[in-house]
Amino acid sequence: MTASVMSRRTVLAAGLAALFGGAMTGCGTSGPKSGGTAGGGASVWILSGVTEQAFRNSFTGWNDAHPDQRFSVQAFANDPYKQKVRTAVGAGQAPTLIYGWGGGVLDSYVKAGAVEDLSDLVADPHVKNRFIPSIAAGGKIGGKTYALPNNGIKPVMVYYNKDLFRQIGAEPPKTWDELMSQVADFKRAKIAPFTVSGQAKWPLLPWLSYLMDRIGGPRVLNDILAGKHKAWSDPAVTEANEKIQALVDAGGFVDDFASITTDSGADVALLYTGKAAMTLALPSAYQTIQQADPKFIESGKLGYFPFPAVTGGKGDADDVVGNPSNYWSISASASDADKEAARAYLKNALLNSQYVGDLLKEGNVPPVADLGPRIAKSSDPDYFTAVYHMAAKAPNFALSLDQALGPKAGDAVLTNLQQIFLKEITPEKFAANMNATLSG
Amino acid sequence: MSVLHPRTPATRSSITQEQRHGANGLLVLPALLMFVVFALVPLAGAVVLSFTQWDGLGDIGWAGRRNWSDVVKDPVTGNALVLTFKIIVVSWLVQTPISLLLGVFTAGTQRYRAALAALYFVPLLLSSAAVAIAFKAILDPHFGIGGAPGLHFLAQNWLGDPDLVLYVVVFVIAWQFVPFHTLLYQAAVRQIPASLYEAATIDGAGRLKQFRYVTLPQLRGTLITSSTLMVTGSLTYFDVVFVLTGGGPGNSTRLLPLDMYLTGFAANDMGRASVLAVILVVIGLGLAFALTRFTGFSRMRSEQEGL
Repeated sequence: MTASVMSRRTVLAAGLAALFGGAMTGCGTSGPKSGGTAGGGASVWILSGVTEQAFRNSFTGWNDAHPDQRFSVQAFANDPYKQKVRTAVGAGQAPTLIYGWGGGVLDSYVKAGAVEDLSDLVADPHVKNRFIPSIAAGGKIGGKTYALPNNGIKPVMVYYNKDLFRQIGAEPPKTWDELMSQVADFKRAKIAPFTVSGQAKWPLLPWLSYLMDRIGGPRVLNDILAGKHKAWSDPAVTEANEKIQALVDAGGFVDDFASITTDSGADVALLYTGKAAMTLALPSAYQTIQQADPKFIESGKLGYFPFPAVTGGKGDADDVVGNPSNYWSISASASDADKEAARAYLKNALLNSQYVGDLLKEGNVPPVADLGPRIAKSSDPDYFTAVYHMAAKAPNFALSLDQALGPKAGDAVLTNLQQIFLKEITPEKFAANMNATLSG
Repeated sequence: MSVLHPRTPATRSSITQEQRHGANGLLVLPALLMFVVFALVPLAGAVVLSFTQWDGLGDIGWAGRRNWSDVVKDPVTGNALVLTFKIIVVSWLVQTPISLLLGVFTAGTQRYRAALAALYFVPLLLSSAAVAIAFKAILDPHFGIGGAPGLHFLAQNWLGDPDLVLYVVVFVIAWQFVPFHTLLYQAAVRQIPASLYEAATIDGAGRLKQFRYVTLPQLRGTLITSSTLMVTGSLTYFDVVFVLTGGGPGNSTRLLPLDMYLTGFAANDMGRASVLAVILVVIGLGLAFALTRFTGFSRMRSEQEGL
């Protein structure tokens, strides 16, 4: 008996030792280094999709020319990336170069000391003069630069199907009232006026942003961002939501828009297949069409116009909503050698000639100064010029609501705006729900 | 003790009893250690976090009871609880009869049934995310299955109608998990001694009566196992719902686990998310406990006494 107990204990001890040993080696290899920031050199996470290749080309070129300062590149889909990167930054395991949108998220990184101050880098005129100043401003917090633009300018505008406009004899509307009367015309012709992906919530955001700006001017959003008491109860916000619900009531959106997804491109597909006349969208709509049905663009069927003015509104009709650009920040938790590599990359390779060409090829207008000659040689000079000028001459370029707001209010606005579109809540309830995020 | 009656049915259970007494308590240690490290410690962490304010990036601040009172007062939490219970009940009502009948059907040894059984089990091989993405495409009102000739009636506002979407979610979940429960029932039906059916046939019981008075009572234990798995599983449904609807439209499918995730990782409010996590644990433990207790599962009563 004793012997058998002894042997059991021995086995147990061996088992425990193995377990602990395993756990310990596990920590050693996958613990502090798993962000890919240490040991393996500098790392970078990019977004998969239309611009992925431009980023890959840029880093491949850099790696070939600088074998001692190589970057390992990993691509993620948009939504998972946003959540993954925040967790990684919080845990001090962010990639060396952090891809971002500026706004509330960048602000929270700066407050947490998670990103490097790049002010010295932009003091170099060679770097500073490369970018359009209004776009580069998106990487500044409190007068210091923490992020540099790395992607195309993304103003939101209305894209439309010229064939369908011809069918009802309409011209692009200049005012909201014109737009509403055209909605009725399209309905009579059995054409859906607007397509939008109501299933993903974010494509609904520009409707609120634009109407708020056209009705009340940039002050409305600025009050909200400043956390002013009851800022969401501003009459401009309420009127904007009323206008959205009136448009929904008038049948302004394609039937079942709340079921339409955007990752599959189903929303834009309705535009180029002739089922819907218009869509209010980021330039990604253009890129989606370019990939799915290039003939639609080549034969000149795709039109575009800025968001219409609201009669009596305080906002400038040249104001733009969208994503000025995306930005690179350098992780503060990276090793010194990796930080050095990241700085060298930003200084020498960011938005260089090859990079700019790649972005243009994919339907993106890079935020670099003096782009005119390059645009003239591109595949669709009219469109690229329109986008470039729209961004360059905008008195105010408002960042998408979910990015401009902090994460908490950003999440709330997505859900509440979707409920406005579904008419589950009133504009007053929307204001009350959103005001609750101001105090927290 | 009647231990030394080698051929009585009691023998097996008596030996088990003896081994239970004889085994060294230390053998529990590895399992206990894993449980403490991977279950209790994180749970304690969540309880502590539920009293703090943290956005996942900066410093952790003490929040006292505020998170708890906020979460309890928030109508979204109440809505999430109601939705979670709805999905537990509806899922059970949909999945149990289907998997029971399919299980009985596939338990037959005929060739064609074996072939069909293999087909039924295919969804079990697919990952939840893949299932959800595929259904998202199929359910598209314009380019989905409704676009196929003759199937236009299927072009509905499946994922956009707040009143409909929960049932769509239940359907997709059932599509994915019915095969698993079918497998349980199939195995259980094959365990039923043929002598019972022979006796029933001699007594003049037809197919329906055999099912009602032999098969069903014999499946009691499996029914409880399968129900427990379904109920506790429904409580943590996340992946399919997250990919399929993201909790929307509005809050129509924002189940408790989804509410927890979105609060924690989209709104970055770890304190409130931890409150929701603790609530989820308490409900889950309560349900599992109630199920095993009130169904007599823990007493392990044999269904084949006297055979």
